[in-house]
Amino acid sequence: MSIKTEHPIATPPANNPSGSGAAHGGAGDPDASQNQPQDTGATPSGAKTPSALSGRALLKALPLALRKLNPVAMIRRPVLFVVELGAALLTVLALAEPFLGAQETATPTPAGFTWAIAIWLWLTVLFGSLAEAVAEGRGKAQADTLRKTRSETPARVVEQGKPTTQAKPTAQGGSTASGSDAGNRAGAWDPASDPAALRATVTKRASSALVAGDVVVVEAGELIPGDGDVIHGVASVDESAITGESAPVVRESGGDRSSVTGGTRVLSDRLLVRITSTPGQTFVDRMIALVEGASRRKTPNEVALDVLLATLTLVFLVVTLTLNPIASAVAPPVSLAVLVALLVCLIPTTISALLSAIGIAGMDRLVRRNVLALSGRAVEAAGDVSTLLLDKTGTITYGNRRAVAVIPAAGVDQESAWSAAVEASAADTTPEGRSVLDLARTEAGAPSALADAAASGTEASGAGASDGTPVAFSATTRMSGVDRADGSSLRKGAASAVLAWLDAAGQSPDARTHSALDDAVGTIAASGGTPLVVAELTAAGGGRVLAVIHLKDVVKEGLPEKFAQLRAMGIRTVMITGDNQVTARAIAAEAGVDDVLAEATPEDKLALIKAEQSGGRMVAMTGDGTNDAPALAQADVGVAMNTGTSAAKEAGNMVDLDSDPAKLIDIVAIGKQLLITRGALTTFSIANDLAKYFAIVPAMFMGVFPQLAALNVMSLSSPASAVLSAVIFNAVVILALIPLSLRGVKYRAVSASKLLGRNLLIYGLGGVVAPFVGIKLIDLLVSLIPGF
Amino acid sequence: MSDVGLNVLWAVAALAVVILILAAVHRPLGAYMAWVYTGPKNWRVERGIYKLSGVSADAEQTWRTYLRSVLIFSAGGLLLVYALQRMQPFLPASLGLPAVEEGLAFNTAASFVGNTNWQSYSPEQTLGLTVQMAGLAVQNFLSAAVGLAVAIALVRGLASKGSGTIGNAWVDITRGTVRLLLPIAAVGALLLVVAGVVQNLASPEAVSTVTGTVQNIPGGPVASQEAIKMLGTNGGGFFNANSAHPFENPNPFSSLVQILLVLIIPFSLPRTFGLMVGSPRQGRAILVVMAGLFITSYALLTWAELAANGAAPEAAGGAMEGKEQRFGIIGSTLFATTTTGTSTGAVNSMHDSYTALGGALPMLNMMLGEVAPGGVGSGLYGMLILAIVAVFVAGLLVGRTPEYLGKRIGRHEITLASLYLLVTPTLVLTGTALSFGIPALRESITGTSLLNDGNHGLSEVLYAFTSAANNNGSAFAGLTANTPWLNWALGLAILLGRFLPILLVLALAGKLAAQRPIPATAGTLPTHRPLFQGMLAGVTLLFTALTYFPVLALGPLAEGTI
Repeated sequence: MSIKTEHPIATPPANNPSGSGAAHGGAGDPDASQNQPQDTGATPSGAKTPSALSGRALLKALPLALRKLNPVAMIRRPVLFVVELGAALLTVLALAEPFLGAQETATPTPAGFTWAIAIWLWLTVLFGSLAEAVAEGRGKAQADTLRKTRSETPARVVEQGKPTTQAKPTAQGGSTASGSDAGNRAGAWDPASDPAALRATVTKRASSALVAGDVVVVEAGELIPGDGDVIHGVASVDESAITGESAPVVRESGGDRSSVTGGTRVLSDRLLVRITSTPGQTFVDRMIALVEGASRRKTPNEVALDVLLATLTLVFLVVTLTLNPIASAVAPPVSLAVLVALLVCLIPTTISALLSAIGIAGMDRLVRRNVLALSGRAVEAAGDVSTLLLDKTGTITYGNRRAVAVIPAAGVDQESAWSAAVEASAADTTPEGRSVLDLARTEAGAPSALADAAASGTEASGAGASDGTPVAFSATTRMSGVDRADGSSLRKGAASAVLAWLDAAGQSPDARTHSALDDAVGTIAASGGTPLVVAELTAAGGGRVLAVIHLKDVVKEGLPEKFAQLRAMGIRTVMITGDNQVTARAIAAEAGVDDVLAEATPEDKLALIKAEQSGGRMVAMTGDGTNDAPALAQADVGVAMNTGTSAAKEAGNMVDLDSDPAKLIDIVAIGKQLLITRGALTTFSIANDLAKYFAIVPAMFMGVFPQLAALNVMSLSSPASAVLSAVIFNAVVILALIPLSLRGVKYRAVSASKLLGRNLLIYGLGGVVAPFVGIKLIDLLVSLIPGF
Repeated sequence: MSDVGLNVLWAVAALAVVILILAAVHRPLGAYMAWVYTGPKNWRVERGIYKLSGVSADAEQTWRTYLRSVLIFSAGGLLLVYALQRMQPFLPASLGLPAVEEGLAFNTAASFVGNTNWQSYSPEQTLGLTVQMAGLAVQNFLSAAVGLAVAIALVRGLASKGSGTIGNAWVDITRGTVRLLLPIAAVGALLLVVAGVVQNLASPEAVSTVTGTVQNIPGGPVASQEAIKMLGTNGGGFFNANSAHPFENPNPFSSLVQILLVLIIPFSLPRTFGLMVGSPRQGRAILVVMAGLFITSYALLTWAELAANGAAPEAAGGAMEGKEQRFGIIGSTLFATTTTGTSTGAVNSMHDSYTALGGALPMLNMMLGEVAPGGVGSGLYGMLILAIVAVFVAGLLVGRTPEYLGKRIGRHEITLASLYLLVTPTLVLTGTALSFGIPALRESITGTSLLNDGNHGLSEVLYAFTSAANNNGSAFAGLTANTPWLNWALGLAILLGRFLPILLVLALAGKLAAQRPIPATAGTLPTHRPLFQGMLAGVTLLFTALTYFPVLALGPLAEGTI
C-alpha cells in the first residue's frame, strides 16, 4: 500500500479504513501487544522476540496471503511465479485428463496424481506468500499504533510577513527590510521584536495543511502538529507515543535538543515550532511505511542473492526442459506432472518464499529496539561495519564523573579533609557534587553522619548544612563552595583556580605543600581522573588547602567484554571524546577500546571517518548535534539520537528513539543477523535439492530401468509416492521455516571462521540430511493412500 | 587379495611420482609465470612482434579493450585455420590430400582456436603437414596463451587496487607464448624424442607386411606437435588414435612425460595467482581443492576399471578393452583423469570402452567445468568463478556483504559469475536434447553417428557435447562426428563454450579491478582455511550433480547399475 502522501488526513484510531490493516494485528493480538512501543522502550536491549508463530497469526495473515497470489503481484518473486505457473498448468491438465487418452509415460502414476501435485503446488505458493503476509502483518500492528499519533490536530499558525513556504529562519530579518511588500500586513509576525510571537496573529489550520516553513504555537496539553524545530521557548514534551518512554523530555530552542516530532504532546509551557516536514513525509509517516514494509526496496545483497537464485532457476529450467528430448533416446516421456514436480523441487523455492519475510522481519527487529532505519541498505551496511565510532559520554562512561576518593592535603587529618569536601559539596546539586556525598556515605573512614546531615540539609533547604551562603559554580571563577556565617569560606574547584584564589588572598601554600599538591593532582590527572582541590580561607585571613577530591569517569560495566567480542567480529572501536589525551587514553584503556580520538572537534570526526573509509573500512557512528550532521551523513551507518536536532536526524540513516548510543552494537548485530539468516536459508534450500533428486530421479525412470532402484536410497514405496512426498516436503518446509525467518538465525559474536563452521554444519549439512528424513517420513504417510 | 594389493600399490605409486614432481616444480614455475606476466620489461623479440603486428603494447587496457583484443586475435586465428584447410591442395607438403569440406573445416578451426582439439576427422587421412604445423600447431600455442592471458587478467582484477585496468592482452598473449609455452614445449619435445616419439618430415612410407599386404607407415613432426598438444592442454593428436598410437606415445615413460606436460601449468597457476594477489596461501587453497578433486576422481576411475566384472575383465585383471597393454589400467586411468580434468582431451585409451561407471568419470571431470585442475588458464578462472559463488553464500553465512580477497561480490559480480556457470550446462543439455528431440537430427544421429544404441548411445552424444562445450576434445569413440549436424553443432558449442565464459570472466575482471580492496579483519571470511576449501569443493560438486544428475542417470548410471 502507498504511504498515503496524497491523503495525509490521519485516520481516527478507532476506525482504521486502511483495509488490510484492519485484518491484522489488532491490539488483541498477543504478538501485537508485545509490539507496543511501551513494552520495548523499557528494555532497549530487547532480547524479547515475539513468540514463534501461532496458528492464529497464520490464519490472520491468510486473506492477505491469498491476495498476494495475484500473478501480477507474484511476478515480483520470479521463483514463486514459476511455481504458480506450474500449479496453474497442472490444474488445467488435471481437469483435462479425463478427456485425454492414457499416454505411455516413464513413471507409472495412479489416478488423482496430477490433482495431488497441483494442489500441493498451490499450497507451496500459498505458504510462500503467507510468509510475507505474516511478516507484514506484524509490522501492521505496529503501524496501527503509530497511526493513532497521526490524528488530525488543529494547528495554530503564526502569520508571517513572508510567504509561509519560507524555510530559512535567517530570512526573517528580510521581512522587516522588505517591509513595503504586500506581505507586510497588520499583525504579521516580526521575530526580532516579538521572538515569542506573543503579539502575532495566529490562524487555525489543519495539521495536514501545514507546509515546511510554517511556524506554529503549541501550548501545554496540545499535540505538536508536525515535525519541526523549536525556535522559541522551553517545554517538557511527552514523546511516549513515538519512543515508548513515559518520562517527559525537555525541548528547547537552540542547542541540540530543539527537534520535536509531530504527534507528541507538550506537557508544560509554550513552544514556537518551525515545521520542517511536509505532511505525508513526517517521521511518523516514514516509520509507518517502514514497519508495514510498504516502502521496502530490495537491498543490494538481496538483489545479488535474487540474481543467483534466478540463475539457479534458469539452470533447472534447462535441466527439466531438456530432460524429455534427451530421455526420448531411451525411454518414453516423463509426464508433465512429474516434470513440473521436478522443476519445483529443484528451484530454490524455500529461500525465495522466505526472502522478503526475512527482510521485513529484520527491519521489524530494529524497530522493536526503537531504532528507525531509513533504508534497508543501512541495516545491511551495519552488518559490514568494521569501525565503530563511539562517543565517550553515555556510551562508554555514565554521563557524569563521580567522586572516588578524597585525599587529605599535607598536614591535614582525614576527618577534616572529609568534612571540608562534604561541606563544599553540600550545596552543589550537580551529579558530581552529589557523588561526593554518596561517597562519604559509603566510604569507610568517612564521616557518614556528616554526609547524611549535609544531604538532608540540602534536600530540605537547598542550602548548605553549615549556616552559610552557597556559592554556585561560575565559568569565570571555575569554583563553587560556601561562605560561612562566621566569615570563613570554602572553595572547591580546579587546582589552578583554587590556588589563584588563595594567592589572591596572599595565602599561597608553602613549597612543600605545593609540591605535595602537585603530586596528588598530577597522579589523578594521569590516571584519567579529574582532581578538584578544596581550600579554606578563615575569617582571620589564613588560608590552606584541605583536600583533593578525585573525580573519575565511571566506565559502564561489561564493556571490555563487549569490545573484545567486537574485536573477535573484526570490528575496531574508536572512542570519541572532547577530553584531553591523558584522560582519554586512561578511560580508553579501562574500557578496552582499540583507539581514541581525544579533544575531538566535529571536523576531526569527519576527517577520521573519511580516513577510515579511504582505507576501505565501513564506519558507524552516533551523533545528536547539528555539528555532527556532516559526520553522520558521511558515515556508512549514522545513527542520530532522537533527542538530537533535526539536522542530525536528516543526516543520519537511522534514528534511535531511545537516544542510547550504546545501541550501535545491537544494530551491528541485527545487520549481521539479517544477512546470516538469508545465507543460512539459501544454503539450506540448495542443500535440500540433493535428497529431492534421490527421490525423484529414480522414481522417474525406475519403470523403464528397474536397475535405477539402486539410487532409491530412501527406499520410497512407489514412484508416485516418491514424487508427491518430495513436493509435499518442499511445501511444508517453507511453513516450518517461517518462524526462523521471522526470528532470525541466532547470531554469536565470534570470528567469521567459527561462524562459518557452525552455520555450515547446521544449515549445510542439516540441509542435506533433513530432507532425506523428512521425505521418508512423508512417504510413509503417503504410501497409506491407495494407489500410491 | 595380493592382486588387489599390488594394483593399489601401483596406482598409488604412479600418482605419487606425478605428485612429487609437480610439488617440486609448481613453486618455481608459479613464480616464473608471475614474473612473466608482471615483469616491466619486454624482450627484444617481443618488441619485434609488437612492432610487426602494430599493436600497442604499453597501454593498460580496460576489460572491454582487453576483450576486443582477445576476440580479434581469436577470430583471426579462426579464419586462418579455416582458410588453410579449404586451400589445402594448394599448400606445400599437403601429402596430396584434398580441401577439407566446409562443416569439418569450421569444426576443426573452432576446435583448435577454442583450445578444444575435438577431431571429427582422422588426421593422417585429412590434413597435410602444412595445415598441421602452420594451422593447428600454431593454434595449440596461441589458444593456450589466450587462456592463460584471460586467467591472468582475472587475477589482476582481484589483485587490483582500484585502477580499473586489467593488463594488456597483446603483451600477455605474446609473453605467454614466447617466455612460457615455447621454451617448455621445446624441452618437452626433446624429452619425448628421447622417449622414442617420432620426429621427422617424411612422407608415409609404404612397406610390405609378412602377409603380403602393403601398409603405409606415416611419419611427421610428431614429438614437437605432441609437446604443445599436452602442454597447452589441447589434445589434438597427430594420429587418429591420439596418444594410444605407438608413434605418439610409445611407452610408460613417454606417457608420464605427457601427463606431466599437461599438469605442470594448471597446477602451478594457483601459485602464480597467490603471488600476484600477494597471498600465497590463497593460491594454496585453490591448489588443494583442485588436487583433492583430481585425486578423488582418479581413485574412483581406477576403482571402477579394476573392479569391472564379467569373464573378460576378470581374466585380464580389469577392464582392458580399449586400453593399451603397455600402459595397463593404471597408466590409462591416470592419463584419462589428467586429460579430462584439464581441457586436454588427449587419450591413451578409449574412454568409450570404459566400464559404464568408469566412463561417467571422465564425463564428470568435464562437467565439473574442468577445474581440477583445468585447462591452462581456463582451469584457474573456472575455479575462481566457483570460489566467488562459494564466497557469496559463505559470506552471507557470516553476516557480511560477501567479499573475496577484499573485493565485494555484489550484484554485478554475482551476475557475471552465475551466468558463467549457466553457459556450459545450457550448451551441453540443449545440444544433446536437440540431437534426439528434432526428428531429422535424430535420424542423422542414430542412423550415421551412433555405433551403439540405448543408454550407451545416449552417453556417446552426451559425452560429445560435454567435451565440446567444456573445450576438452576427447570423445566416446563410438560416435561418428563427421556429419553436418555434429560438425556445426559441436563447432558452435566449442566457440560459445570458449568465448562466452571468456567474455564473462573479463567483464568480471573489469568490475573487480575497479574496486578498491577492503582490508581483512577478523570479521572477514577467511578463504584459505580447510573449511572454505571444503565448501568450495562442495559447491563445485553439488552444482555439477544438480545439473547433470538426471542425464547421468539415463546414460551411464542406467547402464552401469544393471
